[in-house]
Amino acid sequence: MTRIVNSGMGDGGGRMSDAGEPAIDLERVGRSFDGRSILKDVNLRIGRGELFGLLGPSGSGKSTLIKLIAGIDKPEGGRIRVLGRQVPSLALLSNIGYMAQSDALYGELSAKENLQFFGAMFKLPGARLAERLEAALSTVGLSSDAGKPVARFSGGMKRRLSLAIALLHEPELLILDEPTVGIDPVLRVSIWSSLLALRERGTTILLTTHVMDEADRCDRIGLIREGTLTAVGSPAELKAESGASTIEEAFIRLGGEKR
Amino acid sequence: MRVRALTLRICRQFIRDKRTLALLFVAPLFILTLVYFIFGGSGSPPKIGAVGLPNAIVSGLEASADVVDYGSWDEALEDLRGQDLDAVLALRSGKPALLLEGSDPSRSRAVLLAVSALQRQSASQALQPEISYLHGKAGMSSFDSFGPVMIGFFSFFFVFLLAGVAFLRERTTGTMERLLATPIRRQEVVLGYLCGFGVFALAQAALIACFAVYVLGMYMTGSIWLILLVNLLLTLTALTLGTLLSAFAGSEFQIIQFVPIVIVPQAFFSGLFPLDGMSPWLHKLTYLMPLYYGGDALRGIMIRGEGFGGIAADIAVLVVFSLSFAALNVVALRKQRAI
Repeated sequence: MTRIVNSGMGDGGGRMSDAGEPAIDLERVGRSFDGRSILKDVNLRIGRGELFGLLGPSGSGKSTLIKLIAGIDKPEGGRIRVLGRQVPSLALLSNIGYMAQSDALYGELSAKENLQFFGAMFKLPGARLAERLEAALSTVGLSSDAGKPVARFSGGMKRRLSLAIALLHEPELLILDEPTVGIDPVLRVSIWSSLLALRERGTTILLTTHVMDEADRCDRIGLIREGTLTAVGSPAELKAESGASTIEEAFIRLGGEKR
Repeated sequence: MRVRALTLRICRQFIRDKRTLALLFVAPLFILTLVYFIFGGSGSPPKIGAVGLPNAIVSGLEASADVVDYGSWDEALEDLRGQDLDAVLALRSGKPALLLEGSDPSRSRAVLLAVSALQRQSASQALQPEISYLHGKAGMSSFDSFGPVMIGFFSFFFVFLLAGVAFLRERTTGTMERLLATPIRRQEVVLGYLCGFGVFALAQAALIACFAVYVLGMYMTGSIWLILLVNLLLTLTALTLGTLLSAFAGSEFQIIQFVPIVIVPQAFFSGLFPLDGMSPWLHKLTYLMPLYYGGDALRGIMIRGEGFGGIAADIAVLVVFSLSFAALNVVALRKQRAI
């Protein structure tokens, strides 16, 4: 029904650590809401230290898939293993940094207080929390606004704070749902360079996007459409496979021929 | 650590949301004051007509009532019928008799208080009048009687509303999902909410109780600490019930829709209204109403001066309500996260 391109590990990135299981391992995962199938039979493996992008139109099931991997939602069928553990697992959540599509922040609290709150959720001890707080704030360029109540933040600032919260406890796996929406180009570049730096240090990153040039910077991307993973591979592979010169074109050719 | 952080966060959010804070603290006082004025409150001292009473008694009565001397029983009776008097106290064939106008329970109560004060004052005289009523009957309730239930009702109502909306907002704004993407346990979430809201529930309970007793002068013979304890338990029940029901609401508006379903029946069954005429099977519903137990305990403490032993059963039931709602909350959070 669909063509799966290179559904195994990408050889392009070559970053997968030999040790242990892949960071994310999905087997025949499905999810439906009110009888309507949102995800169908998704198989996907993401290696440790990989920067993986999920690309797809809104409503295609990206966020649902991400929530399943983060262990917030439960699949109806199939098996999910993350960092060598069966999902859902409470202990696993300590190793995951999650950033939802909507900015889930406490408007009455300042940026710093939001970070402190989530730091406590991960049981970061005082000295480490203070140090990580500074680091996370400076990564997203919010150091000078740390004391402001979040209710007065712009949309972009909230997005950045959400990202800072996801980075706070230095998780092994970062799951970011549309991390750069509403962020201006200059800051987007700086956020991307921090993401790349995190990957260099071995953090596995799974993100969703519909910005094509962001997809181009991922080690591998997965194209998702109407709940089905239609293609998985490095940007170069996908372009070659579809004979397209841009990811955008490849996306249309690989995903669109279904109907 | 997580529970403490959650508690602190809720307190901070509360303190910065001035309007909600005002609703929690000022609104109950405002309504309670309104009720107080509507149902008479202390008002002016009662007017008692005296017929053929010794001077000692008249001057004793004057400490807490306006006393008007009448030459004959009939004259006094005429003024009583015209509602110029609240009661007539007379010596009839050597025995003291008290006739109350009786249509306003709060006035009757004031008269009875004045007379009983006189009794205590002059114990030797053994002034025990035969009490009769022109209208109504003895034991009609008034603000003093349903005031204690009102105290509990307001605590319950406002905490229910705020906790329900706060919990719902966590869900609709996505912060609940975000929170549950951290390794916090579901029982830690519920416990954190209990503590965070508990701080404000306790402050509110203290404020309402002190306002009613010390400012409005509500009749009170028991211990203020017991009142606070019962009020706190009642608000914890409201808190856990509010957060539990918010799991079944999709918007703030739907939380409001729980008011006629959950709050109003409780008001009916809480003892604010007499339930004697109710059919027995309907009467049994009272046992399902947390407010009934709270109201019963508060009334016992304030009016009958009951100690801990007298209200222990009510307290136990409220604790069971709170604990079971809290446990159900932990289960309901499964809807948000599987583990």
